[in-house]
Amino acid sequence: MPTFWLVALLLALSAAGFYGGRRRAIASAAGDVKDLHSLPSYYGYHVALAAFVPAIGALAIWLLAQPMFIETRVSGMIPAEAVPESSTIGLVMSDVRRVAEGLDLAVEQGRLTAREARNVANSGQDVRALMGEMGVALGDDVRPEVLTAAQAYRNLSKTGRTAMTVVVALLALGGFAWAYSRTHKDFRARNVVERAVLALLILAASLAILTTVGIVLSMLFETKNFFGLHSWTDFFFGSTWAPNFRGGSELSILPLLWGTLYISFIALAVAVPVGLFAAIYLSEYASGAVRSFAKPLLEILAGIPTIVYGLFALLTVGPALANLFAKGGLLGVEWMAGATSVLTAGLVMGIMLIPFVSSLSDDIINAVPQAMRDGSLGLGATKSETVRQVVMPAALPGIVGAVLLAASRAIGETMIVVMGAGAIAKFSANPLESMTTITTRIVSQLTGDTDFASPETLVAFALGLTLFVLTLGLNVLALYIVRKYREQYE
Amino acid sequence: MNDMTLMDNTVDTQKIKIAAKDVNVYYGDSHAIKDVNVEIEDKTVTAFIGPSGCGKSTFLRCLNRMNDTIDICRVKGDILLDGEDIYDKRVDPVQLRAKVGMVFQKPNPFPKSIYDNVAYGPRIHGLAKNKTELDEIVEKSLRRGAIWDEVKDRLDAPGTGLSGGQQQRLCIARAVATEPEVLLMDEPCSALDPIATAQVEELIDELRSQYSVVIVTHSMQQAARVSQKTAFFHLGNLVEFGPTGQIFTNPEDPRTESYITGRIG
Repeated sequence: MPTFWLVALLLALSAAGFYGGRRRAIASAAGDVKDLHSLPSYYGYHVALAAFVPAIGALAIWLLAQPMFIETRVSGMIPAEAVPESSTIGLVMSDVRRVAEGLDLAVEQGRLTAREARNVANSGQDVRALMGEMGVALGDDVRPEVLTAAQAYRNLSKTGRTAMTVVVALLALGGFAWAYSRTHKDFRARNVVERAVLALLILAASLAILTTVGIVLSMLFETKNFFGLHSWTDFFFGSTWAPNFRGGSELSILPLLWGTLYISFIALAVAVPVGLFAAIYLSEYASGAVRSFAKPLLEILAGIPTIVYGLFALLTVGPALANLFAKGGLLGVEWMAGATSVLTAGLVMGIMLIPFVSSLSDDIINAVPQAMRDGSLGLGATKSETVRQVVMPAALPGIVGAVLLAASRAIGETMIVVMGAGAIAKFSANPLESMTTITTRIVSQLTGDTDFASPETLVAFALGLTLFVLTLGLNVLALYIVRKYREQYE
Repeated sequence: MNDMTLMDNTVDTQKIKIAAKDVNVYYGDSHAIKDVNVEIEDKTVTAFIGPSGCGKSTFLRCLNRMNDTIDICRVKGDILLDGEDIYDKRVDPVQLRAKVGMVFQKPNPFPKSIYDNVAYGPRIHGLAKNKTELDEIVEKSLRRGAIWDEVKDRLDAPGTGLSGGQQQRLCIARAVATEPEVLLMDEPCSALDPIATAQVEELIDELRSQYSVVIVTHSMQQAARVSQKTAFFHLGNLVEFGPTGQIFTNPEDPRTESYITGRIG
């Protein structure tokens, strides 16, 4: 039975469980709802959950485990000498899978009967041509070992699916029956449902955490592979970034890190003053009407996709800077070679970060108690003296936290630098030269035709992990500072 | 805390420091203060009493124009400080607040050191020519705030680290440091325990020798203990104003009497 129908059936069964459970509970109290321990719908949910949750859990695990199980069984059937010199067992297995799926598809579309599909090896038919007709592309002719393995694959899958349907159906019916039999007016269905909700919440929380752990681990393994192929001293302490897919590349992170930090620095130099002043104006000076109008408007900036900022850098800011500083420009100097430069990317990224800084700072400034302002005004201080000498010092730790969060966003930003900063890795203090960043190099090392066994590709993971550690450190520091500050007024 | 002592509170006639004439205050559409006339004497503690929401804090905040910071608040009528209308266009509210200091309900020391808290006002108004003078002002103010002995060894410690009563006395010292002529206190003891309250009350009594003090309080015992003049507010009206002893023992208005007996009795 297709999985879709299996799930639909489960849903139908649990819906029936809901109504059945509710009715039985009411009946057990002789129609008097006040006599029940819980509201009737809790009994319904209890039966519905018992029918649905174990069955769907088993289904999910089965769907994940079955391919792995079959894979190991079938790959054991392929003799080592059947794997061609230039290939790997993995590639052969993907052929096996494709042939097996192609045969299933052929049966489904009516090109072959189920019997013909089973005996396709003896019919002398050109399997590759048949697959081609259905849009399943194969690298070369289907060898007999692959065909045998594919048939075994089909058989195992079929048995597996049947077994899965039976197990899931049994679990669902069993759960239904068990919960239904327990439904009685004294049964504490409400508490059971409460625990189910708790389990759901825990599941959601642990999924998020496990995903993070999974991401870090996958990066860690690939990074380990990279350091197996390339020396770590060159990566961390070298001075040149020159990937060469013929080998012998120099892959140092330092020029990229320099570009990243330089661009982030310019971005913060733009975003922090503008964002902070905007926040001070909005929270301390603006009237309610201006504030309710200007704040959402400023926050629209935060909703613009970064790729649009990238376009802005590429089409507007870059050419405008080139008009000033490049050859034949208004200033008559020749400091800039093209439109892409550190300054272009930094300026646009700064604009992107303004709402981020202003909205965080605004919250922090608003958290400073009004009593502080009253105290200062009551001593005869003016508004700006109050802001400068009382509100700002009180809000400073929080604002530092906000700036650090903005910095970690700047370091991790990709699209703007891909489009605005250029692609040349170098150390230079001139903001009008184009440079490149860690994120852009990750993109360029992983796009296109890549070989996941070469250091030139794997370096992307080492770069990614370094970036991750960098931004994580900044975030932790920022959160620590913000939290410490919060305690002060509670 | 003997209530009988209130009869002994001296009622010397002093010159009028603040005179309010027909003061009306509106918050948007609501009429918070209605035709209040009151004369506050110099070197006297004047207490404003009354039930919550009667407008006594609002009126207090009119006296140093703190209500200017609230957009929807409008003040009509005249308030004269030494004969000069403080709502006149020529008067800078910032300068006015240096002359009419304020202590708030909750102690609100700045998140700075004790020294910087007290030096804040003098620095803003340029009252000290050099560091030595500033040190003197800080010490004098802390002494007047009756907190010098407790903090003299840790002037660099943050003001927020003191206990509630110490914080409030620090705030009083901070207000005194700008050499005000009038000190407004908005329920200065409502966040304090009885011991700290007693210390602050004692301090208020001492401050009377130099300043005109106006205190808003919910505690009638406190009004009886510290003030020489008492004003009873009810629903935005000034019901009765007179010597404290008279208000508490022989009120003229039945509303005053029912409020006082309802609370004390």
